[in-house]
Amino acid sequence: MNPDYLARRYAKPIVFVLCLLPAAWLALGILALQSGNVNSAAAVALGANPVEEIQDTLGIWGLRLLLVTLAVTPLRVIGGWPKLQLFRRMLGLFAFFYVAQHFLWYLFVDQAFNWAQLLADVVKRPYITAGFTAFLLLIPLAVTSTQRAMRRLGRRWQKLHRLVYPAAILGCVHFWWQVKADIREPLVYAAIAALLLGWRLLRSRQRRAAARKAQSDAGTRGQGRERYSGQDQEAARSRAPVQRLADQPPTQQ
Amino acid sequence: MSHRSRIPPSEITPEAVYRSRRAFLTGLAGAGIAATAPESLAQEVLTVNLVERPLQFKKNARFSTSEKSNSFAEITGYNNFYEFGTGKEDPAANAHRLRPKPWSVVIDGECQKPGRLALEDLLRPHPFEERIYRLRCVEAWSMVIPWIGFPLADLVKRFQPTSRAKYLEFTTLADPKQMPGQRYPVLDWPYVEGLRIDEAMNPLAILGVGLYGKLLPNQNGAPLRLVVPWKYGFKSIKSIVRIRFTEKMPSTSWALSAPREYGFFANVNPEVDHPRWSQKSERRIGSANFLARQPTLKFNGYADEVAGLYRGMNLARFF
Repeated sequence: MNPDYLARRYAKPIVFVLCLLPAAWLALGILALQSGNVNSAAAVALGANPVEEIQDTLGIWGLRLLLVTLAVTPLRVIGGWPKLQLFRRMLGLFAFFYVAQHFLWYLFVDQAFNWAQLLADVVKRPYITAGFTAFLLLIPLAVTSTQRAMRRLGRRWQKLHRLVYPAAILGCVHFWWQVKADIREPLVYAAIAALLLGWRLLRSRQRRAAARKAQSDAGTRGQGRERYSGQDQEAARSRAPVQRLADQPPTQQ
Repeated sequence: MSHRSRIPPSEITPEAVYRSRRAFLTGLAGAGIAATAPESLAQEVLTVNLVERPLQFKKNARFSTSEKSNSFAEITGYNNFYEFGTGKEDPAANAHRLRPKPWSVVIDGECQKPGRLALEDLLRPHPFEERIYRLRCVEAWSMVIPWIGFPLADLVKRFQPTSRAKYLEFTTLADPKQMPGQRYPVLDWPYVEGLRIDEAMNPLAILGVGLYGKLLPNQNGAPLRLVVPWKYGFKSIKSIVRIRFTEKMPSTSWALSAPREYGFFANVNPEVDHPRWSQKSERRIGSANFLARQPTLKFNGYADEVAGLYRGMNLARFF
């Protein structure tokens, strides 16, 4: 059978359900606590301080899924699994789903609608400022995740969605700054984020270097831009206006 | 602020009478008779094996809250005890490695009677009481815990501090084999805490040996811990191996780790926020409505007993 069809028909629903599991488990726990069924497994899993456990679980899944989303492109390119692209939007939206719930839980439950306290926290407490900013950055990405928005925004869509990079960094900072002393776990997340973003940085540098080399080759041989093709050409155009000027055949030789 | 009157002298049991009751009860326990206390004593007495003698105590109603105690499962399952890991459930999972017996405690520094004492000898002269205290963690959650222990003041007097002794420094056991959390430098091990000597003499300050009528579970700081209920939980150091009388203020673990966030005094104070979170309210573990927060009280509700210790001090500065 067509692997594309298989991925859409089966793999996507499976990933969808998997992404929903942590939230469903929390919801079960809350329902159990509300109905006084404190010995059910889901309620016991929430521990002695359910509000904090739920807050932390929502946050950590938001960060995990954000990093998983960022891992899609590297895995697609390095691993040669183009089908992964099919899952990227869903993963990104789930990341936003958890981050938004994390924020709403903090606002409505932890602070119990205390807007003054929320404002004070956002301004006074750097780790909350970082987390809140990350959340704000993700909102336009979630809003413009539809096919329609992609078509309408065209080139700008990709530019806009680079906001996911600062959001991921801020997410790691938010986690790092809120632990009391044991930074081992946030360190792991920061290292993964650094790896995923570092790979992109490296790749864009290589591409630029390749584009420059192609150009200088073209320049010295007096050949035209027909040497460019596909991505290299696009990269050269979108990223390096100066190089585009250099694209003109040299006037003096 | 209202000030409750001091304990009227008539309410204090003369020591001789108290000792005779204890001798009687110890006799009962020693003879293997189930220790059902005669009602005339009007004191509930339980017996549990503690080192070489039964754990007996009287209830101290005066210093106990009437709030509902947290369950044994909550008190022993949700702990901050980084020596066993930084997760709340890590201490319960890892504390079985601790060997609280045999145990000895070094008492030294500025005192007349320094020495290393076996735990039994350290505890022998001190009658135990049950004190049901609120515990407020610096992380903005709280519990109510029925501790068994004895006044720290009695121990201080017994070892006769010199006139130079201004502070008490407490040290936790350092042994990564028993305390796997110490394999990572999360804090500068061993854990150190301290009190000003007048704080140590306050009748609310106790050394804990048990809870819920039983010996302290390892994850709660067996076999000997401090309990100072008007301060954030991290001041109440666990598994103590050394008590030192000092002239200078001790360098305490959390104050060393993050001096901007944790001070030496660490008195519960809703008016002074932690730099990263508000201390105005707290979540009571196990409350019927698990979503509810309750306001945090100054000195954790023990202002009548301890506010005088800090008269004239700027508590925002000496946090």
